[in-house]
Amino acid sequence: MPADPKLLLAVRHGLAAGALALLLAAPLQAAGPASVPDGLPAATDAGVAPALAADPKLEADMMELSHKLRCLVCQNQSIAESNAPLAVDLRNQVREQLAAGKDKDDVIDYLVERYGDFVLYEPPFKAATLLLWLGPLALLLGGAGWLGWRLRRRSVEVATEQALSATDRERARTLLAGGGDAAPDTASPEFRK
Amino acid sequence: MKAKFLVPLLLFFGLAGFLAFGLTLNPREVPSPLIDKPAPNFRLARLDQPDKTFALEEMRGQVWLLNVWASWCVACRQEHPLLVRMAEQKLVPVVGLNYKEVRGDGAISVRGMALEAETAMAVERGQRWLKDHGDPYLLSVMDIDGRIGIDFGVYGVPETFLIDREGRIRYKHIGPITPESLQTQILPKVEELRRAG
Amino acid sequence: MIPELGHFALILALVLSLVQAVVPLVGAQRNSAALMAVGRPAAQGQFFFILFSYVCLTWAFIQSDFSVQLAASNSHSETPLMYKITGVWGNHEGSLLLWAMSLSLWTVAVTVFSRHLPDAFLARVLGVLGLVSAGFISFTLVTSNPFERLLPGVAEGRDLNPLLQDPGMIIHPPLLYMGYVGFSVAFAFAIAALLSGRLDAAWARWSRPWTTVAWVFLTAGIAVGSGWAYYELGWGGWWFWDPVENASFMPWLLGTALMHSLAVTEKRGAFRSWTVLLAIGAFSLSLLGTFLVRSGVITSVHAFATDPKRGLYILALLVIVIGASLLLYAARANKLMGGGSFSLVSRETSLLANNVLLTVASASVLLGTLYPLFLDALNLGKISVGPPYFEAVFVPLMTPVVVLMMFGPFLRWKDDDLLAEVRRVAPIFVASVAIGVGSAWAVDHLTWRTALGLSLAAWVVLASLRLLARRLGERAGASAGSRLRSITASWWGMWLAHLGIGIFIIGVTMVGSLDRHLDVKMKEGQHAELAGYTFVFRGVVDADGPNYDAARGNIELVRDGRVLGMLDPEKRLYRAQGMPMTEAALDIGVFRDVYVSLGEQLEDGSWIVSLYYKPFISWIWVGCVLMGLGGIFAAADRRYRRLAARDAAAAVDGRVGAAA
Repeated sequence: MPADPKLLLAVRHGLAAGALALLLAAPLQAAGPASVPDGLPAATDAGVAPALAADPKLEADMMELSHKLRCLVCQNQSIAESNAPLAVDLRNQVREQLAAGKDKDDVIDYLVERYGDFVLYEPPFKAATLLLWLGPLALLLGGAGWLGWRLRRRSVEVATEQALSATDRERARTLLAGGGDAAPDTASPEFRK
Repeated sequence: MKAKFLVPLLLFFGLAGFLAFGLTLNPREVPSPLIDKPAPNFRLARLDQPDKTFALEEMRGQVWLLNVWASWCVACRQEHPLLVRMAEQKLVPVVGLNYKEVRGDGAISVRGMALEAETAMAVERGQRWLKDHGDPYLLSVMDIDGRIGIDFGVYGVPETFLIDREGRIRYKHIGPITPESLQTQILPKVEELRRAG
Repeated sequence: MIPELGHFALILALVLSLVQAVVPLVGAQRNSAALMAVGRPAAQGQFFFILFSYVCLTWAFIQSDFSVQLAASNSHSETPLMYKITGVWGNHEGSLLLWAMSLSLWTVAVTVFSRHLPDAFLARVLGVLGLVSAGFISFTLVTSNPFERLLPGVAEGRDLNPLLQDPGMIIHPPLLYMGYVGFSVAFAFAIAALLSGRLDAAWARWSRPWTTVAWVFLTAGIAVGSGWAYYELGWGGWWFWDPVENASFMPWLLGTALMHSLAVTEKRGAFRSWTVLLAIGAFSLSLLGTFLVRSGVITSVHAFATDPKRGLYILALLVIVIGASLLLYAARANKLMGGGSFSLVSRETSLLANNVLLTVASASVLLGTLYPLFLDALNLGKISVGPPYFEAVFVPLMTPVVVLMMFGPFLRWKDDDLLAEVRRVAPIFVASVAIGVGSAWAVDHLTWRTALGLSLAAWVVLASLRLLARRLGERAGASAGSRLRSITASWWGMWLAHLGIGIFIIGVTMVGSLDRHLDVKMKEGQHAELAGYTFVFRGVVDADGPNYDAARGNIELVRDGRVLGMLDPEKRLYRAQGMPMTEAALDIGVFRDVYVSLGEQLEDGSWIVSLYYKPFISWIWVGCVLMGLGGIFAAADRRYRRLAARDAAAAVDGRVGAAA
């Protein structure tokens, strides 16, 4: 039966898509809810180990925020990564304040009031950081503009060059044929004005 | 030579200029955002008389220094003789903030230690250290857990804050005070604040 | 005595590097074959003396000769032999010597593998490399003498930083330096070409394999470094956007642009001015990286102990090397216009567009890295620029790169029909987005970032398959075997490296979105659950090493009632420095790593244990391996050898450079 090649292609892509999605998801689906460790000999099982954090949700929030805060005494680490005493103190502060119901911005404000913008790994958007935050965009626009301009200019240049090159090549040939004294450098068509 | 081909060179020279200037800066020194702001108030137990407390507002009307120190802090030992000399000459009153005296010491584990025990230990260690090295302070207060340190944005000991008559922080010195920084920075500022008030 | 010999050998190497710098350059200018011929033996002699000097320094470490300052500060009599040897480069002075040795090794490689180059050209290349080498050896001798004596010597050394006592650190620095420094060859070729005024297809062809090999080293070096951070720092982070990491990443980005730009210059004679600028830029960023690590202008976890005098010296070196190159560029660049024509829709354009994007990305990383310094210098306050900034900036910049990267290879050189090509790849594109969003939904993490990452990865993988199918379909009549054979090594290289990026993106996205973490207090016999795995704590034993004391945890990894294996994370205390270290234990798998690190012991006798589940993390490094393999394939293409032979024959005719 003759099939529409376009349809075939669509089906093929569909299948490939499904397969890849399954490939990605399968190992994770299996990592779903924890199973009871029924394979353990009961005699040696001393029960479930308690979590270090009393409140895992709070701990996760604290760590997430801590990753964005710079440890002041360390070389260049967030307070989440460092075990310097000050980093531990600051983590405790963050945890305490989050537990007291403050939201993340309040905690950030609290630390910035005391340690300045230096403590933030994500610098605030303000006059002094304008260039930092808009610089990449400006570079991108500049790059794109340059590219467009260059490509347009180029098509003009190449057209003129092609017109010239016929005579040039002829001249180069005569030069080379006649004694070959001309330095190869200047005879190279790549190196003419 | 067309001008546009010089652009990379000029950009590079600009960058090199900044890098050269960068060599003169200290990337580890963080200026305090608390300058010209009211110093965070505190009421803490005194090191000399632990049953009494001292509050920052008791210094109102004076130009004074708050010096953050601890007996385990090696750099504090370096600046201490200078503080003692300053006290002898009665240049400016200095209040000590004894910072995490026990738990700040890497050699001691406070895990499982009650706060009372820690405080007692801090008093004992702090007083002995002042006896051994001289006590230049009007008095010292104890910041056992470092909370007040965080309020002041302390990140390394020693640090010294200059506080004016209204209780505003006017200057922060990070690291040990040297005779030079005392003469060129701290004392002129003290004079200026005294005249102004 | 031996350290003094090493010191003396280094001085001789400096003298030879000066000879190598000056004589061939003068010879090339005067067209004197005798003078030009000095370059090769001078370069090889220089390498011999640097190697000798390096071996002397290593000897001092192996013998625990603590009358040598450097050994006293970075070694210890109990340090395992391997780490005594690698300890040589675990510090500023020794690593600088390694830097100089890599440069010298590359130079020798040029003298060996570039016999076919015209004499004048080779002389200029060696001269430029000699100048750079002289700069670095003199820097070593003047400000950072590794053979400095400590008299009287001390009885015991302070040991190598325990973080560096790790197998990853055995290969990371040499690979990284070979990569960093390798761009010096592309740089020297570009400068030699500017000096001689011949920047043509042949020049690009000569530079290409060198650039690619350096890029492979740099890729491998960065990948090993990030792998080291992953298992050595104890919490599974693999990239931190630290200034020093950025310092190696910026040349990587620009080097990537350079490789592609060289391809266009070789094939089509176009972009020459741009290619030269990239060659200068990539090496300049390598030098800048060296400055950042060693000058102390920026705080970084990786920075060496610093000294402003050293900073000033490297800065002066930077200004001379980069300033002179850019000046030369400015003087000669207007002669570099022209080249083969191409239309707006062509592979050239797509490559140029990606070049611009990679350059913008590199410049943005530079901006973020140096911005705190700019503000501080202008007295506008101190700020920090860290991972949140770089991620916010980098992802939007790289997204079009990845899209274009897989679209470009479908386009023909010179001219193509945009509409027809778009129509051809559009179904793949739509399918990729569907897969991306679908997979994000399937793994129950439908955020825009996960969906974007997975879509891009699907796009890379599907487009790669399509590209291969199309390439195989080109010779419809031939047998499958001959079709496969007809594909060049450099095409496979491109294909593999691009596919590697897709694999890399899958790893980054999945682990960024779906990793799990739990800290528990464990006593013997207790268990904990994370992501379907059960961790049973079987206690802690002493496991002291040669220069450290350690507690080793025994943790059984169980899944569905089946024991998968034992994990034995360690908590070490290195005796000489009293520095605690965590050695994580990993169960590495194709689809996930299980990662365990041992924390402190609590008063009640239980241990803090950190459990991590890291899905697809190894794909990050598999992706890097594919990229590196791609580079090796590309550099090994027979074309270079064949054309090298042709160039050599042409050189005999005295007509080199008259490229078609």
